[in-house]
Amino acid sequence: MSDGTHVRPIPSDLLTLNIGPAHPATHGTLRVQVQLDGETIRNAACEIGYLHRGFEKQCETVYYQFVIPYAERLNYMGPVNNSNAWCYAMEQFLGIEAPARAQALRVITSELGRIIDHAVCIGTNLVDLGALTNFWYMFNYREKVYDLYEELCGARMMVNYPRIGGVSLDAPDDWLEKCLRLVDEMGEAVSEVQALISRNRIFMDRTVGAGTITKELAISHGVTGPCLRAAGIGYDVRKAQPYWGYEKYQFEVPVADGGDTYDRTIVRFQEMYESCKIIRQAIASIPGGPVLASDHLVVLPEKDKVYNTMEGLINHFKLVMHGIQPPKGELYSATEGGNGELGFYIVSDGSAKPWRVRIRPPCFANFSVFPKIIKGKMVSDAIAALGSINIIAGELDR
Amino acid sequence: MTEREIMAKVTGRFGAKVLQSYEFRGQCAVTVKAGDLREVLTFLRDDADTATDWLMDLAGVDYLGFPDDDDREWRFEVAYQLYSSSQNHRFRVKVAVPEDKLQVPSIWDLWAIANWMEREVFDLYGVSFTGHPNLRRILCHDEFEGHALRKDYPINKRQKLSSPAENLLCAKVELA
Amino acid sequence: MGLENNLEGMPVLATRLDEVLSWGRKYSLWPMPFGTACCAIEFMGVVSSRFDVSRFGAELVRFSPRQADLLLIMGTITQKQAPVLKQIYDQMPNPKWVISMGACASSGGFYDNYSVVQGVDELVPVDVYVAGCPPRPENVIGAIVKIQEKISRENLQTWR
Repeated sequence: MSDGTHVRPIPSDLLTLNIGPAHPATHGTLRVQVQLDGETIRNAACEIGYLHRGFEKQCETVYYQFVIPYAERLNYMGPVNNSNAWCYAMEQFLGIEAPARAQALRVITSELGRIIDHAVCIGTNLVDLGALTNFWYMFNYREKVYDLYEELCGARMMVNYPRIGGVSLDAPDDWLEKCLRLVDEMGEAVSEVQALISRNRIFMDRTVGAGTITKELAISHGVTGPCLRAAGIGYDVRKAQPYWGYEKYQFEVPVADGGDTYDRTIVRFQEMYESCKIIRQAIASIPGGPVLASDHLVVLPEKDKVYNTMEGLINHFKLVMHGIQPPKGELYSATEGGNGELGFYIVSDGSAKPWRVRIRPPCFANFSVFPKIIKGKMVSDAIAALGSINIIAGELDR
Repeated sequence: MTEREIMAKVTGRFGAKVLQSYEFRGQCAVTVKAGDLREVLTFLRDDADTATDWLMDLAGVDYLGFPDDDDREWRFEVAYQLYSSSQNHRFRVKVAVPEDKLQVPSIWDLWAIANWMEREVFDLYGVSFTGHPNLRRILCHDEFEGHALRKDYPINKRQKLSSPAENLLCAKVELA
Repeated sequence: MGLENNLEGMPVLATRLDEVLSWGRKYSLWPMPFGTACCAIEFMGVVSSRFDVSRFGAELVRFSPRQADLLLIMGTITQKQAPVLKQIYDQMPNPKWVISMGACASSGGFYDNYSVVQGVDELVPVDVYVAGCPPRPENVIGAIVKIQEKISRENLQTWR
């Protein structure tokens, strides 16, 4: 009709859409709310806390050495990195140092942890983008790393391997050779996957320019880890403030300059190669000797002493029943976790239980930047960016 | 700079405004009043020697019943972990929060990460941050009463979330 | 399947409807993985090539509850998450089964604190509990087999 009344006006208000908390692309439990104009995100907000397991409160009720399994369940993509970090923090607090062999074993297990973290991150991110093959392929290598862990300490995923003052067990015979073989194999596998996607038209179209984190945004939001290095800042705790003898190893800190999803993926690939390099060097230069410090106030005595000497038995009993009693004080210790700077802020009142344990979760900082980087982009860009930031809910919400 | 030098510099600059200074295993910290916090943090960030351009962490601590603790007249502290990427050093500034005045100025405009981290301290300790744009609970659900990480909150006092439908609708999450 | 050879030219098989339905159901489970935490990573192991749950007919992972009949609860359920889980369970069509995977989902695990639900059976009925923190993939496959056994014992009355 001529007056045009039969034409319904196009609705101009924004559509609010929930992504999560139970959405496959969130890889866990987080919730992003977006306001859409067509398919463009005009506004975004995040809601977290769906996996708030009360880690910090729980730690205040247990002895220091019993925090190790709790710590492992923070970032469950590379569990052993967290427990290693916790033990390192406690060693700093107590003013002791793990023996050189234990430090090398920590480096090896942590770098394996970093590789499997990145492998699954890349794999699942690609699943979100529609490329399923890489995930199966990379996950096989995760299983192989699990096998190594299993041989090392009997558990496959939550290994509970380190102890305050060292590591629980020495590597069995020919474990290091097996590790070396796997690292070689893994290097090849990673480069195969990289060859599949790094110049892949579809992948590049989806990821280049999606979810760009600029340098300023990264600093202001405390973004660390691969996300930061993809933005062009080469901060890595392993280089900046080395621990476990990382200063001895030759490795690069891969840096990209775009800060987008593509760069984050490529930086992760490069880091996997660097981790392989570190593992090779650590195995080549691993010293002999004990794997636990000899401080009787911290480390359990050998079983032989516990069963056959009175002092050993008392020592064991005291440590198990009364725990490690550090001095009064407070300390912040940082290591490089899979996603960035993993910090532990410990306050002790001198008793066997921590007064306060605070995690500096890398994911928390990384995720806080998310609403800003998806504004003005499409929903599909947001999905690609979310996968590449690698949010681990256990660490995000603790 | 070593942390001790930073501490000397801060104490020299701010004198009596530093309530406590503290050293343990080579790590140093100063405690200041809430009113002076922004000044101290801005100084540390902008001074060429300290240049702490990163806020790494922000953590609340409840000292209720902390043993042999005579000179701490306040119950809560909020600790700011700073890092300087150019100088590669760390430093910690703590702010004293007495129980009768649970207020700290927000620093979300200095570092954007403080936005979420302050919400977390508010959620778990009940310290409110003045000037914060969106001070809501972040980890616990909205119906939660009390503040979980306070020492007088029983660890297994659970609070059910009763209105799931409302929580799942979008209205509650305010879009910033 | 070899069955047709025994039918002696008669293309008809007499059986109970219950049996044939259960037989069909038990080898075509469509799981809805409600993965919240570490156990979800182990579930990735279950579906990926080494353990390969498709050998047991349960590989068609559906992320929409309306298309699924097996709810796998993997990981810690917090008070904030609880209503979400309840809603997802309600959205699944009957017949449906629930596996609670891992210590956290089954009992709260070692998180005995203010925010963690002490077992998902406070929220939804659970058919099989899987022990472990996290359970090994073999354990999860075992649970799926247990569900299959349970299904084969069910009849039409059960889901009326």
